[in-house]
This record gives sequence, C-alpha cells and structure tokens, in this order.
Amino acid sequence: MKFRKLAIESREDLFFGTAPSPVTTRRGLIIGGGKVYPELNFTLPPMYINDETFPDIRNQYREIVRSALQRALELYSEGVVFEFETLIEMTRNPSYGIDIVKVMNEECENYFVKHGLKSEIRLTPNDLREFDRPPRQRTSGYLDAMLELFEEGAKAGGDLLSIESTGGKEIFDDALMHCNIREIAFALNVLGVRDMEMLWKRIVKIADSQGKIAGGDTACGFGNTAMVLAEKKYISKIFAAVVRIMTVSRTLVAIEQGAKGPDKDCGYEGVFLKAITGTPISMEGKTAACAHLSPLGNIAGACADLWSNESVQNIKLLADMAPTVYFEQLTYDTRLFNQAVASGKSDILNLQRYMVESDMYFDPQAFILAPENVIKISSEIVKGFNHLDAAKKGALKGLSLIEEAIMEGRLKSSEMEDAYIPLLKDELSSIPDSEDKFIAEMDGIIDNTKYIKEEYGL
Amino acid sequence: MEELLKQIAHCVEFGKINQASPYPPDMKGEDGADELTVRALEQGATAEEILTDALIVGMGKVGVKFRENKVFVPQVLMSAKAMSAAMAHLKPLFASGTAKRKGTFIIGTVQGDLHDIGKNLVAMMVEGNGYEVIDLGVDVEAAKFLSEAEKYPDAVIGLSALLTTTMANMEDTVKAIKEKDPKVKVCIGGAPVTQDFCNKINADLYSPDPQGLVEYLDELAS
Repeated sequence: MKFRKLAIESREDLFFGTAPSPVTTRRGLIIGGGKVYPELNFTLPPMYINDETFPDIRNQYREIVRSALQRALELYSEGVVFEFETLIEMTRNPSYGIDIVKVMNEECENYFVKHGLKSEIRLTPNDLREFDRPPRQRTSGYLDAMLELFEEGAKAGGDLLSIESTGGKEIFDDALMHCNIREIAFALNVLGVRDMEMLWKRIVKIADSQGKIAGGDTACGFGNTAMVLAEKKYISKIFAAVVRIMTVSRTLVAIEQGAKGPDKDCGYEGVFLKAITGTPISMEGKTAACAHLSPLGNIAGACADLWSNESVQNIKLLADMAPTVYFEQLTYDTRLFNQAVASGKSDILNLQRYMVESDMYFDPQAFILAPENVIKISSEIVKGFNHLDAAKKGALKGLSLIEEAIMEGRLKSSEMEDAYIPLLKDELSSIPDSEDKFIAEMDGIIDNTKYIKEEYGL
Repeated sequence: MEELLKQIAHCVEFGKINQASPYPPDMKGEDGADELTVRALEQGATAEEILTDALIVGMGKVGVKFRENKVFVPQVLMSAKAMSAAMAHLKPLFASGTAKRKGTFIIGTVQGDLHDIGKNLVAMMVEGNGYEVIDLGVDVEAAKFLSEAEKYPDAVIGLSALLTTTMANMEDTVKAIKEKDPKVKVCIGGAPVTQDFCNKINADLYSPDPQGLVEYLDELAS
C-alpha cells in the first residue's frame, strides 16, 4: 500500500470540482481545478459492426461529437470530455477503434481551433481477456490488441487512458451470487490487485511515452454488478455496499502505478480514491439512469470533478439524438455545480449537503458515499498492511457505520437486510491479516479450474 | 413416506444440504436433503416421487418467496445446492432410464458477448427447478447452438445478450435455429432485450427474470 495517509483529511475539504492534484489536459481543461465538466458517454444502437457497416458507425461517432460540441457552444459550456468506451469488435480489431478516435479528435480539434471550445477524449478499450475461459490475464493475445489500441489510439487523439479491467472476475461472479465475501476478497483484493499492477504499469508507460494522461480504472464489473443485482433485489444492499468498499484498494492500484486521474465514471469507489490520493474523479448519478438504475442519483455528484451519464444509445428522442440530449442535461447539472463553486465554499457545501442528505439514508450504498463516511472509511483503508487488509478494515468500518445508522433509525433497512450484518462481520473478521495465509486458506476452497494462478503471478 | 418427502422438501426450501452443513443455523446438526434422500430411496420411494413430491415442491416454495422478494438469490442457490445433493442420488436412476427429468434447457450468451452473470443465474434457477441444463458458456456461435439442439431434440434454447450490438447476433442465432427446425422453442433475455425485440426476431419468449422462464418451461413440460 503506497498511500498511508489521506490527501483530504477533513470532510469539509471533500467536495465537487476541486481535487488536491488536478489534471490539465492537452487543450487546457483543468479537471479538479475548480470546475465540474460534463463527461459524455454513448454507444451504438443495435447494429452489426463489420467492414460493411463501419462507414456508418464512423459517421455516427462523428455526428455524436459534433452535435454535442455544437450544443456546448450554444449553452456557453466551457469544456467537455467524451468517453469513447470501445465495443468488443473495436478492441478485437484495433483499427476500428483507432479510426473512431481520429474522427472524434478531428471534431474536437475543429471546435477548439474555431471557437476555443476545450474538449478531450477518454479512450477506454474494453477488457477482452474474459473471452478465454479461464482467462489468460498476462499471456492472452487479447492483451496485445488492448495495448495496441491504447498505444495507437493515444497517438490518434485519445488523451485520457482508462479501462474497466476484469482481473479476478472469473472468481468474483459466482462469489457474488452466493454472497461469499471471502471469495470476493480473494477475487478483488488478491487477484484483482495483482492484475491491476501488471496492467497499469503498462498503461502508464504508454501514457508517459506519449505525454498522455493515465486516467484510472473502475471496478464496474464488480461493484456495479453488485449494485445492479441489489437494485433487482437479488442480493442484499448492505452486501453490495460492503463489496463497493472492497473495490477501493483494488482500484487504488492504478494510481499507485502512476495513473493521475480523472478516475472513471462508473467507479463509485472514485470518491474514496479522491480522499486517499487527491486525484480528480468522474462520477455518474441520476443522469446515468439511461444505462442503469441506482440508489445514488444525487449523492454521486457530491465530490465529482467530471459528471457523466455512463452510456446512452445513439437513438432519436423527441428533442434530438439521445447523446445530445444527455449532454444538455449534464451541462445544466454542471452549471449548477459551478455556480456554487463561484459563490464560495459555504455554498459548495450547502449544495453538496442537499445532494448528500437527499439520498444517504435511503440505501446503505448511498450512505457509505456521504463525505463524512468516505473520510472515516478511507482512514481505515490507509491503515491496511496490504490491499487485502485495507479492504477488510474499510469493509468492517463501513459495516459498523451502517449498523449504527440502522440502530439509530436513520438508515432505512429491513430484517432481511439486517441479517447480513453479523454474517458479514464474522466472515470479514475471519480473513487473516497475512495475505500469504489467506491465499493458502483459499487454495483449497476456490475452484482452481476457474482461474490460472500463474496468470496472476501466484 | 409422505412425512419423509415433506422433510426433504423442507430441506430444499431452506437450503439444508446435509448434516454437516451449518446453514440454516436453526437446522444445525439435523439431516439434510442428502441423507433424507438416501433414506427415502432405501424405504422404497422412486426417483420420480422424490423429484416431483419433494425436490420440486421445495424449489417451488423458495421460488415463490424469491418472486415475492422474501429471500435473496443466495438463499435460492442454497436451496439449489440442497436439491443437487439429493439429485446426486437420483441421477444414476435417471441415467438408467428408470426415471425422467422435466426437460432439457440449452443456454448460452450469444456470439460477441461475454456477459454471463444473468445467464448463470438463469441456468441455476432452471436446474434448480428440475431441468437438465446444458450451459454452452459465453460468446457462443449460432452453429454451436444448432449442434447442441441436434443432440437434444426436445430441448428448449435460451439466449442471453447484454450489449445492444450483440442483439444482432441474437437475431441471427434465432433465425438459424428456426430455419433448421421451426418447432424448437427459443427464449431470450438480457438488459437491452424487450418483448418488441422478441416479437421482431421471432423468438418464443422474452422474460425479464428467471422465474418467468421457469413458468414457461413448466407450461411446456405439463
């Protein structure tokens, strides 16, 4: 664990728009430097992706960016980040992805030169290694395609490099369905951490060699899968909240390896990363309901430096194409954030208070994201002897905060939910401080056919 | 015998796998579905009786609770594990042809798509309700579904997709299956999938949750 103390120690210093280590982009956006900018995300409608359809696909991406930039001008927006999260075919065949980055970058550059409008592209190749079962995290040919897209996509105009890496997911998914917190710790905080170390070393090297910015990772496939299943009432919300906390030490590894932020939007663990490391973060809340439901609509914005919509299909709505519509929504939200910033800290904290208090007592997953709880939990995380111990300490702290709030009648819960608290406490407490001991314990329990130890350096 | 079958159903409903299993805490030390099934067979119950009058009854009850949001998935999976423990004793009898399963369900995530948590959940729920499940995994080409359907001609096929861009592959797969044999039933699911899409691609069922699929399979099997 590289970070042993918090970059933001006081709850009053943890808020939107400002991060202790802001990031300045090529066209001059200062993320975390006192303003919140929109981060627009989009995907294609149902369609094939092949050589025949590619001209249309390229055109769709160009039009999405052009239309958003045009609307940005009309709304006097000061800047925007576009996230290009590739679809599988665009990573498997990196030339597709690279070509789309070029097209998007041409539009960004055009509006920058003509109008001074600042925009950047976050390039997020998807993690293809899951195609192999069990995945070959280090030796798969898919890794080569991912790294090629990072390398060439950065040259083509992708300035912020990010990924939703999936190391450990082959163990995590089943563990999640069974609510087995020890196996989840093994997946996230043993396997995931090792994979992140390997992967982010490489991404940072690519970014550094080109003067680009290594943004950050997200445990979307872990924490958000838990959140979505809890939202469907398939698993307990308290359990999902604990899983979220356990993603923190895993995602922190990107920054330990040299990522500078902004952390990715769908990583709600980003708020803990901001407190621990001071890097700026992207967050998504009510404006991401187009992609998934959540109990975090307002509170997610409390500490955001970029404000995102996660993903919306490029389809026509009554007003305009959906990405343009969502850009407008994000822009009005960021105007509000920035108006509070312009008015001073007490107004920032007032607006933040409304965001936080309107959500935090309805769901434990929202509760743990309240800035005062983020600071308390993060303070425990940085005491960890290693990433596993950090996850355990953070999770136990979060659990005790949740329990206290339920007992005091502040946080909504139910008997079904409450039953998880003692079970989780026992299971978490049974995780030894020594990582080697834990790995040895789990060796006889985890299905060894599902993952390849050597691919994680074990 | 009736009492013994009720006890097995109770074990399945509450996820009591065997005597050693600590779950549920209030049944600690008691015999589970494992031991009680052996006893029932020794006392002359047939495999079909145990399956129909105990295991499926227990799974049915936990399925209702799940639908009514009275239990979470892990409890359902504990029930499924209890059922599997019992099924381990029944399977040799099914394999020898002396008893029958409710049916066969082939499932997979369509080509180009890696998402499988929903697919896995469906597979577990269907298996837990007495069906044999052939899980083809993720990124499954249409040809693979066709070859499996040939091996299991009475099977129902389930397709899963999470990406808007793999819905096209779902459409192709349904088309290939129906072209080969229009009688084969194809069920679809996944976040971007809708009833309209189901109608458009000529699939037989869209269900937003596993329970809807199980009910459909039960209707077909009855």
